[in-house]
Amino acid sequence: MTDNHTPVVELDGVGKSYGNIRALDQVSLAVHENQVTCILGDNGAGKSTLIKIVSGLHGYDEGSYRVDGVPVRFTSPRDALDRGIATVYQDLAVVPLMPVWRNFFLGSEITTGTWPLRRLDVGTMRATTDTELKKMGIDLPDVEQPIGTLSGGQRQCVAIARAIHFGARVLILDEPTAALGVKQSGVVLKYIAAARDAGLAVIFITHNPHHAFLVGDHFTVLQHGRIELDAARADLTLDDLTHHMAGGAELDTLRHELDRAGGPGPQPQLSGT
Amino acid sequence: MTQVHPAPAPPTPRREHTQVSRKSWSKRFFGRPEVGSLMGAVAIFVMFYAIADPFRTPGAQSTVLYASSTIGIVTVGVCLLMIGGEFDLSAGVGVTTSALAASMFAFQLSLNVWVGVVFALLVSLGIGLFNGFVLTRTKLPSFLVTLATFLMLQGLNLAMTKLVTGNVATNSISDMDGFDSAKAIFASSVQIGSVSVKITVFWWLLFVAVATWVLLRTKVGNWIFAVGGKADSARAVGVPVNRTKIGLFMTVGFTAWFAGMHKLFAFNTVQSGEGVGQELIFIAAAVVGGCLLTGGYGSAIGAAIGAFIFGMTGQGIVFANWNPDWYMFFVGITLLVATLLNLWVRNRAARR
Repeated sequence: MTDNHTPVVELDGVGKSYGNIRALDQVSLAVHENQVTCILGDNGAGKSTLIKIVSGLHGYDEGSYRVDGVPVRFTSPRDALDRGIATVYQDLAVVPLMPVWRNFFLGSEITTGTWPLRRLDVGTMRATTDTELKKMGIDLPDVEQPIGTLSGGQRQCVAIARAIHFGARVLILDEPTAALGVKQSGVVLKYIAAARDAGLAVIFITHNPHHAFLVGDHFTVLQHGRIELDAARADLTLDDLTHHMAGGAELDTLRHELDRAGGPGPQPQLSGT
Repeated sequence: MTQVHPAPAPPTPRREHTQVSRKSWSKRFFGRPEVGSLMGAVAIFVMFYAIADPFRTPGAQSTVLYASSTIGIVTVGVCLLMIGGEFDLSAGVGVTTSALAASMFAFQLSLNVWVGVVFALLVSLGIGLFNGFVLTRTKLPSFLVTLATFLMLQGLNLAMTKLVTGNVATNSISDMDGFDSAKAIFASSVQIGSVSVKITVFWWLLFVAVATWVLLRTKVGNWIFAVGGKADSARAVGVPVNRTKIGLFMTVGFTAWFAGMHKLFAFNTVQSGEGVGQELIFIAAAVVGGCLLTGGYGSAIGAAIGAFIFGMTGQGIVFANWNPDWYMFFVGITLLVATLLNLWVRNRAARR
């Protein structure tokens, strides 16, 4: 649908090695605005390395990385942030004992007045936090409550709302549903959809194909640092996705071998008592 | 499948919160860090008021406030540092170091005492800088770093004083240039009606007010809570964690300097072995006032109430004609009871 546009973030044949270990090999990725791009893979598949490159934490050894069609080479997460690429890590970077609004503006506080009396503009920050969270559909009775009293899902959503408010165009979410229950995951997935509808390009890293399929527009499955699957939603069913996640071709081989060994399905032979 | 895609307005997750639509006044009050210490202060005040006749006079109250202020001034710095997640065990002897530095520097070089005062400020800020720098560079726990500083300063105080003066105390500086103006700033009294109140009381209240304002209403205050609450998260959103911590250690240095100057100009001479053990009183006052040992939570007003409790206990024991040897025992009890009270109040406030 938006394929004729230039991708906001585009990786082309990117590779990365740590010593002898090939973490990524020939990985290409195109992330568009108004889309949720899901990156799936088992532990050690290269998901983390991939987002670390995109978010500016790591460099890459080969291939190219373009933002809005312009080649870039980030040296720090700040470089990525300056181009509107924000990452919400699993630990969310919030301080549990501090009020929600203080967390929202931490590190980017709004101040008023001149130096000796330069002070926080508390009213504006509280109001902004409240409206920004409401925009994401989070309605807190009191932005003064410590952020630690919110549920995991709500905290995740505050972190997302914060990234959006501070000018993110590309939002990288690192396993946002990994530590959450079913209900809380649902809440976070709805905010991912809301972020996409707000025009952002969302990169959603997960190892849960069910969550990915609920919100994703494009799916990239990594395996052993290579792309196992790269498909748009229209060309895919949940079963395909689950199949590829579970190991794809490797799983087929395994089934084949098991078939030969002794019939499908584990049927315990309860003979001779 | 497709019904998810148009994703209408996201949900309103207010189900968990509707019953507490607004925090009630009492919940806000009991959620404050200083509540436990305030209740304790009132209880101790009522007790001494009831049992000790002399405690009821305005003059006695002025003495209590003075005693509280000498503890409270350094407690302001210690409390800010504890909210920022660190300890300073060197603050007690640091007070003596500062007084010794000012006194000996001015006396030996026959300078105006104000030169000594400025020199002492640089020494105290330098000690804070050293503590902060070693801590942020080595990532060692502050307990260890400042324990080392504490021991080094304790030795330096004695050794340097003996080396320079040949004695364990400094020479009196009361007849030197600038002494009177310095005494007016650091150790004079203000007459209010029939009561004479020591100037340190006003400095103390000013420092508490400034610290409270900084904590709650400035960027730096936000950072202090953040580096104490979760330093990694703070760093991730761009808070200068190391600079904040070093600044906090230097703030402790500043308050230790101020207390040292008061000591110097109140007594004209300084005993080099003083100050050992005081660091724990400062920390205890901050903890009684609601500071969490783990950082990220506390208030300067609470720490002031903590200092007031200890000042009041120390003087109250005298006014009640008890043996002053019991002072430390009461400090210990107060610390334990106040900490438990704080915990209880906080849990109740959180549960409601």
